Amino acid sequence: MGLIDYLIMIIYFAFVLGIGWILRRFMKNANAFLEAGRSMPAWVAGLAFISTNLGALEVMGMTGSGLKYGMMTTHFYLIGAIPAMIFLSLFMMPFYYGSKARSVPEFLKLRYDEKTRGLNAVMFTFMTVLASGISMYALAILMEKVLGWDFNLSLWISAIIVLIYTYLGGLSSAIYNEVLQFFIIVLGLLPIVFLSLHDVGGWSGLKESLAPITQAKGYASDTWLTTWKYTGQASSNPMGVEWFGILFGLGFVLSFGYWCTNFLIVQRAFAAESHSAARKVPLIGALPKMFIPALIVIPGIISLVLLNDPSKGFDLPKDAAGNPVYDYTIIMLLKQYLPTGVLGLGITALLASFMSGMAGNVSAFNTVWTYDIYQSYIRPATGNDEADGKHYLLVGRIATVCGILASIGAAYIASKFGNIMDFLQTIFSMINAPLFAVIFLGMFWKRTTGHAAFTGLLTGLIVALLHHGLTIPEGASTLVKGGWLGSLHVYPVEMAQNFWTAIFAFSSATIVTVVLSFMTKGTKSDEDLKGLVYSLTPRTLQEDVPWYQRPAGMAVIVGLIFIVLSILFW
Amino acid sequence: MLDIRYPIGFMFTLLGLIIAVYGLATGSSGIYQKSLGLNINLIMGLIMLVFGLVMLFFAFRKRKK
Repeated sequence: MGLIDYLIMIIYFAFVLGIGWILRRFMKNANAFLEAGRSMPAWVAGLAFISTNLGALEVMGMTGSGLKYGMMTTHFYLIGAIPAMIFLSLFMMPFYYGSKARSVPEFLKLRYDEKTRGLNAVMFTFMTVLASGISMYALAILMEKVLGWDFNLSLWISAIIVLIYTYLGGLSSAIYNEVLQFFIIVLGLLPIVFLSLHDVGGWSGLKESLAPITQAKGYASDTWLTTWKYTGQASSNPMGVEWFGILFGLGFVLSFGYWCTNFLIVQRAFAAESHSAARKVPLIGALPKMFIPALIVIPGIISLVLLNDPSKGFDLPKDAAGNPVYDYTIIMLLKQYLPTGVLGLGITALLASFMSGMAGNVSAFNTVWTYDIYQSYIRPATGNDEADGKHYLLVGRIATVCGILASIGAAYIASKFGNIMDFLQTIFSMINAPLFAVIFLGMFWKRTTGHAAFTGLLTGLIVALLHHGLTIPEGASTLVKGGWLGSLHVYPVEMAQNFWTAIFAFSSATIVTVVLSFMTKGTKSDEDLKGLVYSLTPRTLQEDVPWYQRPAGMAVIVGLIFIVLSILFW
Repeated sequence: MLDIRYPIGFMFTLLGLIIAVYGLATGSSGIYQKSLGLNINLIMGLIMLVFGLVMLFFAFRKRKK
């Protein structure tokens, strides 16, 4: 890295902090700080919606997956995202936004009861701190291994920058910066897509070079460039899953759980300026989402060719056991192709992706902490709105500082006990599946009761733990990967195990919630549930705009692009 | 509130200029062997410059209205 690379990085940091500085004077109360005053235009919230998800672990992990599993990785961007986003926009957002809930736990409180909210709020705050700690750790270790930066220095500097801009400008600042980050990620990664594809002789060259490599691995020659074609049997594709696991496990359970109920994500839509803007947010996010694989999955696939061609001089760093670290694929590609100048831009893009993921976690954490834990259990609102607004603003700011300090702590724990963190993250990635079951039933079946929802959530979590504890992926050497209670079933790969854990968690939560709803009595009257349950909510009239600007019209466009892409890369 | 297109526009215009000028200045040096002989700094710099200016154009146009 040369002087110019650092200059680019510093300019970017200056703008990020500058946005926070400008926004600080708008932060007059908790509502402005924690909910962005519900004032974001749809396109801004929509890009932030997708950018929060585009964290560093996502970018690094998905490029690595492109190398390991090929085009099948795009399932996470198409079937594993688009149907859920359309569903969120058309069917769930009216209740989320219309209910005036400030967070997903608060929605649970309005729809069900206090204990369901409490359970979800506590799990959520714990999960966000953990997730941002793990991604901080991953980033710092990456900078240390690949660029030779000091671990502590990169950890603290990036944490402090995120702290400053979220402390000053709250959710608005996080959202604005996510939009900026979105563009710098796209522009920063663009040159490696272009150059690496050029290097292997374009798409046809890539196809030709991949054939012998995949055949040597024991798969059909075009496996790495297809998505559904070889999913008839788990053994004929590198991901080790069959179509049903992808469709139901990823496409339904994991995807709907993540995109429709993860507050980290839907908070961006909650911040939209109007009901119709909130419904457009996921659809606007869906458009770039479908094309992100071109930036991160395709370079991953190309790396497989590079690794098998000694003349390219491309290699991945190895871990202690001598296995290549796939997560470093993206940064090795940056080093391979980018001269000083755009290299700084590429590294800045990675830092930006890390910051958008972390700011997302922090801004969701402080909202849930302030409203769902502090205001609910520690200091309820006094009724004096102005004084309350100021008080909770202060609490929100303190929560921001504490959340970041706790994430730094989590990052150091991860550096000492990486396995435990891996384990927790695997488990937490599954808690959204039962949450989706409970919210979905709550929105569309008015009979669902609070007791049933609470028990369903808890059951789903326990079943996820049991399933993970009783099965292992093939070749797992540590109990972190599962099997810590015994081993009833062996999955060919970890991915398949995750899909099935989510399926079991979701199904058990659904069954328990449905059965208990018949056995218990709800505490809410039909009047209470108005605006929260589909059958009790009057249909709103569509405003007078052309069809393609309405959520339903946009959903059709997004759906068509999704279908065309799925067929093109079948 | 702040129109986000201003910071996006200004940042990319500035970064684009810096990278493009750096690309012009280093055009004949050996650093572009890595990028397969293409002056990727000049190319990306210009793309970013155009993107930044487009963002600024829309931001200023809205303010005029």
